[in-house]
Amino acid sequence: MRGKSTTVQTISVAGGTCGMAAGAGEVWNKFARVLGENSPGIRLELTGCKGFCAMEPVVTIGDIFYCRVRPSDVEEILEKTVHNGELLERLLFQDDGKTCETRREIPFYQYQDRRVLSLTGEVDPVNLQDYLTRKGFESLKKALKMKGEDIIQEVKDSGLRGRGGGGFPTGRKWESCRNSQADSVRYIICNGDEGDPGCFQDRSLMEGNPYLVLEGLIIGGYAIGAEQGYIYVRSEYPLAVKNLEIALARIRAEGFLGRNILDSGFDFDIEIVRGAGAFVCGESSALMASIEGKIGEPRVKHIHATNRGLWDKPTVLNNVKTLASIPLIIGKGAAWFSSIGTENSKGTMIFSLTGNIKNTGLVEVPMGITLRDLIYKIGGGIPGGKKFKAIQTGGPSGGCLPESSLDLPVDYEALLEAGSMMGSGGMVVMDEDTCMVRVAQYFLNFTREESCGKCPPCSEGSLLMLKILDKFIAGNADEDDLDQLGAIGRMVAKTSLCGLGKSAPNPVLTTLRYFKDEYQSHIKGICPAGACPGLNQ
Amino acid sequence: MINLVGKLQDIQEEFGYLKRDKLDEISRELKIPLARIYSLATFYSSFSLTPPAKHSITVCTGTACYIKGAGEIVERIIEKLGITPGETTDDNKFKLETVNCLGACALAPLVTIDGNYYGNMTPEKIIEALETYL
Repeated sequence: MRGKSTTVQTISVAGGTCGMAAGAGEVWNKFARVLGENSPGIRLELTGCKGFCAMEPVVTIGDIFYCRVRPSDVEEILEKTVHNGELLERLLFQDDGKTCETRREIPFYQYQDRRVLSLTGEVDPVNLQDYLTRKGFESLKKALKMKGEDIIQEVKDSGLRGRGGGGFPTGRKWESCRNSQADSVRYIICNGDEGDPGCFQDRSLMEGNPYLVLEGLIIGGYAIGAEQGYIYVRSEYPLAVKNLEIALARIRAEGFLGRNILDSGFDFDIEIVRGAGAFVCGESSALMASIEGKIGEPRVKHIHATNRGLWDKPTVLNNVKTLASIPLIIGKGAAWFSSIGTENSKGTMIFSLTGNIKNTGLVEVPMGITLRDLIYKIGGGIPGGKKFKAIQTGGPSGGCLPESSLDLPVDYEALLEAGSMMGSGGMVVMDEDTCMVRVAQYFLNFTREESCGKCPPCSEGSLLMLKILDKFIAGNADEDDLDQLGAIGRMVAKTSLCGLGKSAPNPVLTTLRYFKDEYQSHIKGICPAGACPGLNQ
Repeated sequence: MINLVGKLQDIQEEFGYLKRDKLDEISRELKIPLARIYSLATFYSSFSLTPPAKHSITVCTGTACYIKGAGEIVERIIEKLGITPGETTDDNKFKLETVNCLGACALAPLVTIDGNYYGNMTPEKIIEALETYL
């Protein structure tokens, strides 16, 4: 019986949105059809995103990692790999001529430290039993035996900071909510309104491991003394909503949610709120207005949401990745969590690596890794023999950093000092064919369209800056325009009402700071990237 | 607490747009002025006040798609169908829209037609894809 395996082999197909878009659904269907109802010794699983989006559809069998699998490969995979243990070389990952037989050998995974993502892409996302057998909800059980203050202390000790943009210490946010307005009802909200273009970390987590996010949300609710939680999900993410809905129903049925959770006396429930397509709703006060059924306009924040937030009650708003880190901190301890990272940025960060890069995908790395390692070791560098030009971090609120910034450690303060920000974790790589003036125009266009229109610095300022940028692109700008652009940008940053307005000029200000020569070339009628029609290269 | 945005989303999902008579109904039922409902309907981009076209084309213009040429794809569709983003063809066959990011950046530039994904698009390939719907 050579080659016949006696243990159960799991064939796992990555079925996140990105995988499905690349054809994972057809591959999974083919496996299901060929295997039929009865296939002893084989388990077929549709998981969330395994992270290596550039290689989708991805199929793994144990350690074996097959890339770009087509339905026509399925029968051969079953016959050769599953039944006889042979590798199909054409489906293995090739790295500069070297064939990687297992996932561990693939550089994209080698340099990562997948902690928060450890189960994403490894389990059937909505199978509660799968989550439970991997110690799921153990942290909740532990937390329910602790005092709220002690949980908050543990989160403070871990050094966890908000993973959605600002990087505010999570423990301190929880504490100030817990301590405000005694006897008031409180709310905790998970911000899954991932609006930054080029970002899909939160989507992958909500789709691929919804139980982890929900467990973090319940622990957070218990710690601050809330009875109601919300999870606000972007409308463009239907699969995330679906998986969260299924997950919620299952944990409610098993007593992890609802009245008297696990006999602890703690009552807590969670409602999913779908976003309706407004970028500004990622901003905390706009998001809360949206949950209240109003238009998503931010408000002045001299009073913090932890004091008066949703329906004027003390409210905590945390990003998906922040809450997904909580079960790890409670389960493994603050010391474990803070053992990696930099002095003020602890733990790992999840990034979406996209743009002109070979290995597009979702990566989790220790804080403090350099941008260079992210781009070259994990990302595999720039495709097509092109030269690197810039990396855009932090979405439309972030900035574009040049080659000379590549040795910067990825850390909240280091990125801020460089004029960009950590943001929610988007990393868009741009090669030499990208015109930085047009990139600035692209982001400003985005901001102008998404500006809620409430305060003039943001809505009018971005329009004025756009008009100047148009002059550069048409080759009609002069040195005065360069000064004006900077001056308006700094004014918008200083005087806008909300965080989104304040950070809206960042793409302009950072390109002015690092790529001023490109603006100056445009004044002379030259677009170095050759991207502006009508200008010389 | 009634989630008004959620109610509108349900209508949008069921009919493909916000039907006037349904909005009137909500207004009466919940005693919310129609003007307030309209302010929501026009603020959030996932609501539409006009009936959907037969086929819906959505071009992702997220950063990764932009860097990889989404702009040219949009221009090519405009040229082919004679409609700009947000518009519907006279025969109500196609509606063209852009979206800030679909979060499937490995497939950039990405277009969806009636929810089917067309990844790694080029100006030539998008026309081929469109022709299957003509």
